[in-house]
Formats: sequence, structure tokens, C-alpha cells
Amino acid sequence: MPAFLRHPAFRNPSVLIGGGILLALFIVTVCAPILSSLDPSAIAPRLRLRAPSEQYLMGTDALGRDVWTRAIYGGRISLLVAACVSVIAVSLGLVIGLVAGYIRWLDGPVMRAMDGLMAIPGILLAIALVSLSGANLTTVIVAITIPEIPRVARLVRGVVLSIREEPYVEAAIGLGTPTRKILVSHVLPNTVAPLIVQGTYICASAILIEAILSFLGAGLSSEIPTWGNIIAEGRAVFQRAPWIILFPGGLLAVTILAVNILGDGLRDTLDPRMKKRLGA
Amino acid sequence: MTAPVLSIRNLSVALPAGGDRALAVKNVSFDVMPGEIVCLVGESGSGKSVTASTVMRLSPLTVAGGSIELEGEDVLKAGKTRLRQLRGGRMSMIFQEPMTALNPVHRVGEQVAELLRAHRWQGKGVSVEERVAQLFADVKLPDPERLLRSYPHQLSGGQRQRVMIAMALALEPALLIADEPTTALDVTTQAQILELLRELQRKRGTGVLFITHDFGVVADIADRVVVMRHGEVVESGRAADVLHNPQHDYTKMLIAAVPRLNPREARPLSGTPSLSARDLQKLYVTRGLFRGTREVRAVDHVDLDLYKGQTLGIVGESGSGKSTAARCIARLIAPSGGSIMLDGQDIANLNERGLHPFRRRIQVVFQDPYRSLNPRRTVGQSIIEGPLNYGISRDEALQRARQLMETVGIDAAALDRYPHQFSGGQRQRIAIARALAMEPEILVADEAVSALDVSVQAQVLDLLESIRDSFGISILFITHDLRVAARLCDRIAVMQHGRIVEFADTATLFAAPQHDYTKQLFAALPGRSWLEGRTAP
Repeated sequence: MPAFLRHPAFRNPSVLIGGGILLALFIVTVCAPILSSLDPSAIAPRLRLRAPSEQYLMGTDALGRDVWTRAIYGGRISLLVAACVSVIAVSLGLVIGLVAGYIRWLDGPVMRAMDGLMAIPGILLAIALVSLSGANLTTVIVAITIPEIPRVARLVRGVVLSIREEPYVEAAIGLGTPTRKILVSHVLPNTVAPLIVQGTYICASAILIEAILSFLGAGLSSEIPTWGNIIAEGRAVFQRAPWIILFPGGLLAVTILAVNILGDGLRDTLDPRMKKRLGA
Repeated sequence: MTAPVLSIRNLSVALPAGGDRALAVKNVSFDVMPGEIVCLVGESGSGKSVTASTVMRLSPLTVAGGSIELEGEDVLKAGKTRLRQLRGGRMSMIFQEPMTALNPVHRVGEQVAELLRAHRWQGKGVSVEERVAQLFADVKLPDPERLLRSYPHQLSGGQRQRVMIAMALALEPALLIADEPTTALDVTTQAQILELLRELQRKRGTGVLFITHDFGVVADIADRVVVMRHGEVVESGRAADVLHNPQHDYTKMLIAAVPRLNPREARPLSGTPSLSARDLQKLYVTRGLFRGTREVRAVDHVDLDLYKGQTLGIVGESGSGKSTAARCIARLIAPSGGSIMLDGQDIANLNERGLHPFRRRIQVVFQDPYRSLNPRRTVGQSIIEGPLNYGISRDEALQRARQLMETVGIDAAALDRYPHQFSGGQRQRIAIARALAMEPEILVADEAVSALDVSVQAQVLDLLESIRDSFGISILFITHDLRVAARLCDRIAVMQHGRIVEFADTATLFAAPQHDYTKQLFAALPGRSWLEGRTAP
């Protein structure tokens, strides 16, 4: 067993449940071509609005496309967006937060810029960006990432501000350690735990915002199956064929729940301040 | 014969499994009589605080056996409701840190009144508010009318501790437990609080269980002494007997470790100073958007000369600017004015790049050994960090780290361990080894022994002394404790409000302090008459 698997995080039930569900979802979406022989975009007007059956697990939509096939292909987009957004937002936020927290004269300007970004509603910014440069995957990811960066930057800055007052950082300055090295070897390790936790929450919100953008028609074009697009298209025939909305909606809910459970579990096991509070 | 207020018999308290011993407190028995102050003395980890919090039933640890009787009533058998009546009513406690023991969002007067109301206090024709005001006057708080309406953060440490005492005595308890109540306070404040406690206790006939690690405090207030070690009572008896004629080896060791008040003769100065600070200033300016500019002179025109192989002490209370001055000299912060000459070069205004070659020549040992080593890095990594910054190869740095660990008295094999695996004294030794790894000419020790137990303190002071003599370095020794300064320093500068008010050879200063403030510091030394009685070695 590799050493990292022995970490207490892997004995936490929340981490195991949340992580397990996500892993299962990941496998299902990656194996989409194996799990369904159908083409997610193949139109079959004669088979429209079929109720769920053995042949069509989640029924078919108004154009006769298989909802199950579309849902598992759509899951790929959701998970891809979630992963990209959280990785990019955490990396950029980390750099900005470190710089703002450690270099005193940059703190004011950088954090005011971050405050400005936070004042713009995320979805509005995303809609603006997508309408400016057209809806492709990159734009959607960029649009969702930008509003998340200030949150990460604030978190990191807070950690840096408290760590930089620690006597061991002062000792390192006294030992002639260059600022760059102090940041990397003394400050950075303290930000890892809160960032992993924040990363999972960003994941959840990215999935949700992507779905909302698609639903509003401001996301990826309607030919590409995403959970948001499927739900948006099913809205018109909701009364007659509720399964078109219910199944992808359910998947969306389960995914977000799983990510949040995972995040809570990681917070409990990684954040030492929480550990103290829980008396563990 | 009067019955004891508190009677502890064969008390044992279990530590959770995996602790360094099975019982935190083992077979402890002693009494506190009415109107008596019993001092519970011991080093950290001796079980003295556990004993006290078990009496209050505040400790989460399980009692493994024995009995605790408060005025004849077994506290260990009391139910929750009865305990609530006893706590505050018949026994009360004051803590080390009065800031955290008071609720920061309520006015202090209201907090005392709340206690009275919770216990349904009924005075004869006296309202709760009048009673609180009277209590505040009893503990000699200045301007009680105004202080009643203050929040904890608006009071000084001494005032907060007075509020805590007022609260503890509000219901006239039979037993007062004081857990290191003066450790966090300045010497002069400590002397006032001790005097107040003794006066109130005599007047009311309260039994006091006073926990301390400081034999000076013991000498000042104790009627009887109970010495604890590793959870067991090793010696107990009348204060005078224990202090002047200790029986147990451990007690003898503790008493021997208390720094004597016979200062060393200053060794003659030779040559030119290795470092000299002139007209050093540090101003803190806060500019509020809506308030005016506030200016604090933390260091005000300070001159210091440090000679090779000598120890210069800076003594002062909190807020005197002694640490700020030291941090300016070590260039951890930039001074606002003045010069710091090191080898003919003024380092006061150099930027980080310019400072780099000078950094290794001045090294700092910090107060808190728990926080001055990065908990995530091994001791070895911490020690070689400095040398690596100055282009020394890893192998060579590690080689030197091993030698230094031996020098400071720790097994070199411990380099791969993490700071939390060491005791406080060992960590401070490691911090000293880290400083020495840079081969400095000047060592700044900022309250370097203040957080340590007396016996450990003595060892670290010895270590500093032998390092100074064998490596020929100069030490700038910052402390609030004149006793510690007497032991190590050749010369002492006394600081108050950012200025040096008196500067003299240690012997001269101790024989005839000139400035009023220095005299006050001496008068406030805990256990002064006892210390003076045993100055002869």
C-alpha cells in the first residue's frame, strides 16, 4: 500500500463516499462509448419521447435521442469543466494570494482588484464573456474560472498573513533565506490543506454554473450534449416527458452532493484548525 | 482544631492511553486550611494544574481514585447541579491568561453581575450593581465607575487580573484556586497582584491553593508548600522549612536553579565594539482614513555598544521597546532612524540584498521554541537552511549540524526528527544550534529562556555562557527578568518607554540602582528577601 493511502483522510467516511461516487461517475463517463452503442446526437424522430424502458434506460427526448447516452456523454463535459476550473482557479489564486500576502506594497492594489472581481456576479460575467467571444469550451472554462480566483486568492492571502508572523519565518529571514525560498518552503506547505478543500467546493460550483450557462443558452452550443443543454431542451416538453429533465438533473445533484461531501471530509481531516475543534 | 477547607486524599488522575505516563496525578494528598495559602510548585508536566482543575471538576481526565473534600463535602460525588453551586459559590478559580478568561464581547462589570445573578445572590439591602462596584473597589481598580462599563480589551493585563479576582471572590468562596495568575504579567504588576491577593485572603480567611513554578513567588506568599514532580508529591511542609532547608533532591535542584542575586563581575572591555548602535529609533505610525495620524515611539534614541565576548543585557517590562530594539539591531525590521555600525559599515538602512552578507554575522534566538522552528521541517533541515543560503555544500552543512547538536547537548542522530518530538528546552537548544550554524559574531537572545522551566532555564543559560566563551561571540540578551540577567550579563541597560533609563555594570546596578524605575523593578522582584538571604554561594 503506498504511503499516502495511509493518511487519515482515507479512513474518513465522507471522503470515501464522496470520492467513491465521483470515481464511479468518472469511470462511467470515460467508458460512455462502451456503455452505450448509440450516437448521442443521432436523431430518430419516430422514437421521440419514449418513456424509460429496458431499451432506453432514461427514455428519449423530443428528437428521439437516447437520454442515457446523452447524459453520460454530457457528464464528460461537466467533469472536464470542473477539473479545469478548479485547477486553474486554485493555481492562479495561489500565486496572486502569495504575492499579495507576502509583498506588502502589492497587497492593497491586488486585493482591491480582487474585490472588484468579486463584486461582479459570476454568472453575469460568464454570460458577458461567452457572448463576446462565442461559446466554446475554452470560453466557458475561462468565464467560470475568473470569478473563482478572488476567493482562492483571499484564502491564500489570509494563510500567508498569519504564517508570515510566525517566528520561524522571521528566523528564516534572519538566516538570509531569499523571499522566493521562504514562500516555497515555509509558507506554501501551510496553504495546501485549505486549498484542496476550497478546490472541491470550486469543483461543485463550476459544474453547477456550467449547467446553468448551458440551460440559459449562454454556454456550449445546443448540439453538444451537456447536462444543462439536455435539461434546457427538455423544459418545453416537461409535462409530457419529465424523464428528460429528471435523469440529468438527478445526476447533476448527485455529482454536486458527492463533491461537497468529499470537500467536508477533506476539511475535517486536513485542516488542523477543524481537527482541534472536533477534538480528534 | 479547625477543619480544612480542602482535603485531598490519595488522588489519582488517569491520562489518556498513549500518554507519557499512565497517571497524570498519582496518590496526591494534602490539605488547605482556612486563611492559608498553599503553594503547589512544580515544573511543566508535574501535574499541578491537573490537580487544580480536578478539584474544580473542570478537567476532562478521569479520576482513578481518591477523594477531594471541600468543607467536608466530596466534590467527586457532587451532581451537576450541586457542582454548579459549588463552583463560584464555595470554590473559584483564577487563570493565567485573564484576556481569554473574560468574555471579550461583554462589559466586565456585567460579567461579574451575571455571576452574582446566576447564583441568586441576595445582599442585605445591597443591589447586585452596588455589590459589583464594591468588589471593584475591593480589588483596588482605579476609577471603578468607569471600569465597570469597560470591555476586557480596554483594560491592562493587571486590571483584567483584578477583575478576575473580583469575580472569584464575589460570592466569598471558602477556597480560591489560582493557576499561575501572575505568570503572564510584568514584575511590577505581579508584585501588586500578589500583595492584593494576600491582603484580601487575610481579610476574608479564604483558603488559597496557589499554583506556580516560581520559587520567588512561593517565598513571597506561601504559608505551606507542596512540591510535585511527575504527578507525585515529593515534599511538603511549612514554606520557611522547604525554602531554607529542602529535604528532597528534586526540591533542592529546583531551588538551586533559581538564579541567585549575586551578579557577576563585569569582565573588562577590550578593543573596539563589534557592533554599535547610535541614536536608534523605531516609530510606528498608523494613519487611519477617518482618524488622525497616531505615532508610537517604540525605540527612542537608543545607544548601545556590544563588545566581543561580552553579554549586554536589555531589561524592561512589556512595551518597553526592548524587543523592538533587538529586532532593529538584528535587522529583522528596519529602524526609522539612527545607525548600526558593524565593521565600519552602517547596516541600518541597507536593503535585503545589501544585508545578505551581514545576516550571517548576527543571529537571533527567539522566545518561543514551539514556534521558532518550522513544525513541518526536520530539525536537520532547519539547521542547515542558513548555511545552504550561503553556498555551503549540503554535506558540509550536515557535518557541521551534527557537531553543533553535540555542542548543544543533543544526540546528532536526532537531526531527522521533527520539532514536536522534543521538549521545550531541547527545542531552544536546537534553535541555538541553528543560530550557531551560521558562525555568527553576535547572538541576539530575545527572551530566549522566558518560556522555559526554571531548571531548564538554568541549563540553557549555562549553554549560552559556554558558547559565548568558547566561540568568542557577543550576546545581546533581552529579558524581563533581572534575576536571569544577573546570571549572564556583564552590563545591563534598563529600558522604559523606548528609552534606556539606566546603563551600568551588572554588579554596580545591583548594588546601587540609580533610576527610580530600576529601583521599582528591584523592589518588585518576587522572593527578594529570600533571594538576598541566599546570595552567598
